[in-house]
Amino acid sequence: MNELTRTKVTVAFWLCAALLSGCGQGEVKHFNTDDYPQALSDWGVIELQGEHLKVNDSAVVYDLNTALFSDYALKLRTVFVPNGESAAYHPTDTFAMPVGSIISKTFFYPKDAKGRLMTTSTWQGNPMDISSTTHQLVETRLLVKQTEGWDALSYIWQGDEAYLSVTGKLQRLTLANDQPLNYLVPSRNQCASCHATNHTTGELRPIGIKARHLNRTTSLYQENQLAHWQSKGILQGVTEPAPANALWDDTSASLNHRARSYLDINCGHCHNPAGAADTSGLLLDYEDHPRTAMGYCKPPIAAGKGSGGRLYSIVPGHPEASILSFRLETNNPAMMMPELGRSLVHSEGVKLVSSWIAQLEGECI
Amino acid sequence: MMNSNAIKLLSTLAVSVAISACSQAPGLSFPDSFRQALETAKPGDVITVPEGTFAFDRSLILNTDGVTIRGQGMEKSILSFKGQIAGAEGLSVSANDFTIEDLAIEDTVGDALKVNEGNNIVIRRIRTEWTNGPDVNNGAYGIYPVQTTNVLIEGNVAIAASDAGVYVGQSKQVIVRNNRAEFNVAGIEVENTIGADVYQNVANNNTGGILVFNMPSIPQRGYATRVYDNDVNNNNTANFAAPGTAVSGVPAGSGIMVNSNDQVEIFNNRIADNNTANILISSYFSANYAGQRTLAAEFDPYPEEIFIYDNTFSGGGTAPGFDYLVQLRDAIYGPSGAFPDIIWDGIIDPNKPEDKQVICVANGDAQLLSIDAGNEFNDAGVDMQKHNCTVAKLAPIELAGS
Repeated sequence: MNELTRTKVTVAFWLCAALLSGCGQGEVKHFNTDDYPQALSDWGVIELQGEHLKVNDSAVVYDLNTALFSDYALKLRTVFVPNGESAAYHPTDTFAMPVGSIISKTFFYPKDAKGRLMTTSTWQGNPMDISSTTHQLVETRLLVKQTEGWDALSYIWQGDEAYLSVTGKLQRLTLANDQPLNYLVPSRNQCASCHATNHTTGELRPIGIKARHLNRTTSLYQENQLAHWQSKGILQGVTEPAPANALWDDTSASLNHRARSYLDINCGHCHNPAGAADTSGLLLDYEDHPRTAMGYCKPPIAAGKGSGGRLYSIVPGHPEASILSFRLETNNPAMMMPELGRSLVHSEGVKLVSSWIAQLEGECI
Repeated sequence: MMNSNAIKLLSTLAVSVAISACSQAPGLSFPDSFRQALETAKPGDVITVPEGTFAFDRSLILNTDGVTIRGQGMEKSILSFKGQIAGAEGLSVSANDFTIEDLAIEDTVGDALKVNEGNNIVIRRIRTEWTNGPDVNNGAYGIYPVQTTNVLIEGNVAIAASDAGVYVGQSKQVIVRNNRAEFNVAGIEVENTIGADVYQNVANNNTGGILVFNMPSIPQRGYATRVYDNDVNNNNTANFAAPGTAVSGVPAGSGIMVNSNDQVEIFNNRIADNNTANILISSYFSANYAGQRTLAAEFDPYPEEIFIYDNTFSGGGTAPGFDYLVQLRDAIYGPSGAFPDIIWDGIIDPNKPEDKQVICVANGDAQLLSIDAGNEFNDAGVDMQKHNCTVAKLAPIELAGS
């Protein structure tokens, strides 16, 4: 080895160590739409190292205020923005993100001693606390920003690796109470069922990357995530005050704010003025709409038996007479809402929405 | 519109499936290769369904423009969703320039075939059926395009939907022809649609044969529908819709029914033995949607510019599907009597412009009974002079590119 080569190797070693804090981990890689890797670890964003889930140091872990209910799965979210670039803040809309950005969401459950999945958890959001011996990794979804727009991919965990699945899969899992769980890993097109929030253009967009979902302090960073993203250099243009949805179970927030936040993230991706469910005329995103459009005394259109025999989406004061409650209380795939993403009933969410409807005033004549 | 990016490896596989028209990719069952072909489709793909019955336990989804799905015949290529456990539809499509033909979709938990937003849609010789027959637990809609434009629905068979066999919602420029709809709650329903021609269909043995409706609180109000040259007989199946749905307010025995819609032309149909009435015209107020409902202020609940002519009627009106209609029939015609061919709730817009026609009838000696539902039936009766008028005829629908 000559001197020049030795220098190169040394520089490479130190560069690697400095950038990546340990050469066991590579860089986040970008793949074009025609050469997506079969193995999740090839992306370099997230992988199992031993029994522990390792997030690339250049990706930022984040959490939402109220999140979509997904059969009690826990979710680890990360965002990667190419070095030197940043997302552009918007007060109400999804942040615009540069090409090469990668958002990941890993779905997992804590396991009990028999390996069955638990629906309660003490996890506080730290990826270091996720272990394959105590947790069941189910799937990791990626949203990848390409020149043409966002693309959605699902990787299904199998042993210590997750593999690309275009067609999705029904995972037949077992809960701690021995109930079966038919967990649906979405197909590519099913990803669009939620992420094409403008159903007319069909363009895929991240749902959680909005100010009102991100604007919170997490225990992981002990600071507000919008500030954290700015300090990491991946977000610019923040204007205060930034809106903030409530955490659905934070009883210090108003019932109205919690329920609207819950409906926003669970329903608003379709039930918005340009969404797939604009056919129903029911709008549940966190914007101001005419009362009828928000469900007050609004008759169903094509709900079929999804109306549950009830007359209006919301009957103020009467969750037991409101279609909204019925749709959340059922897990019949032909009647339930959301149509995708759950097979269980989120009883705590039902209770929240029903409590909210119960204290609404007015009557349907 | 929904042209997604593709994954080279898998799409190559799928396209080769499609092009070779042989049914299976190596190592994959047909249901798996079919799903893969839909997920990785590119514009221009023709995805073939071979002969056979293929089982699916979750919805199929297509988001790519310009795709054709083609089976070998509605009795030969069968997509069966019996025991479906995920997804609200059998096949859900969000795409332009979509054609599906010659296959069957059976026993879906929800809607059989839903096309949500898209231009240039052809649904041809498809059978949607719940094989157990009429049942409230059947899926709601058989063939269900919504927010579509330039739509051809022809030669299909729709059986035993718990809402409508063929349901066209919030669409424009639609032709529904040569279909057979039987044993559904609503055989064929056109709702909030602008410009539809419904002809040469057979709508027998439903609760209601052919419905032209407008519902409030949705983006598009419908008008301009022609219903002609159809056979609409014996639509006397007991209403098995879920309570609270719009069609749960359709009395068993309804031939052709117009609710809250304008510019509807009903002519040259053969309509027989529908035991509430061969034709019913009503406002939103007497739609009997399981109770009185509040009404959005901007909604026009009154049917207007309805023109009924040259239909062939026989039988019907002898066993009205709701108690209040039975009482009314008894009171006016006696228990063994029959309603005339056309009944109307008689509710008109108090602010109606003088020159706006409500219902015009030029149909030989066929009679129209106004039941005066807005006035406790006090002035129920027949006065054909009030309906001796005409409405300007609508132009035929011409589909672009056909």
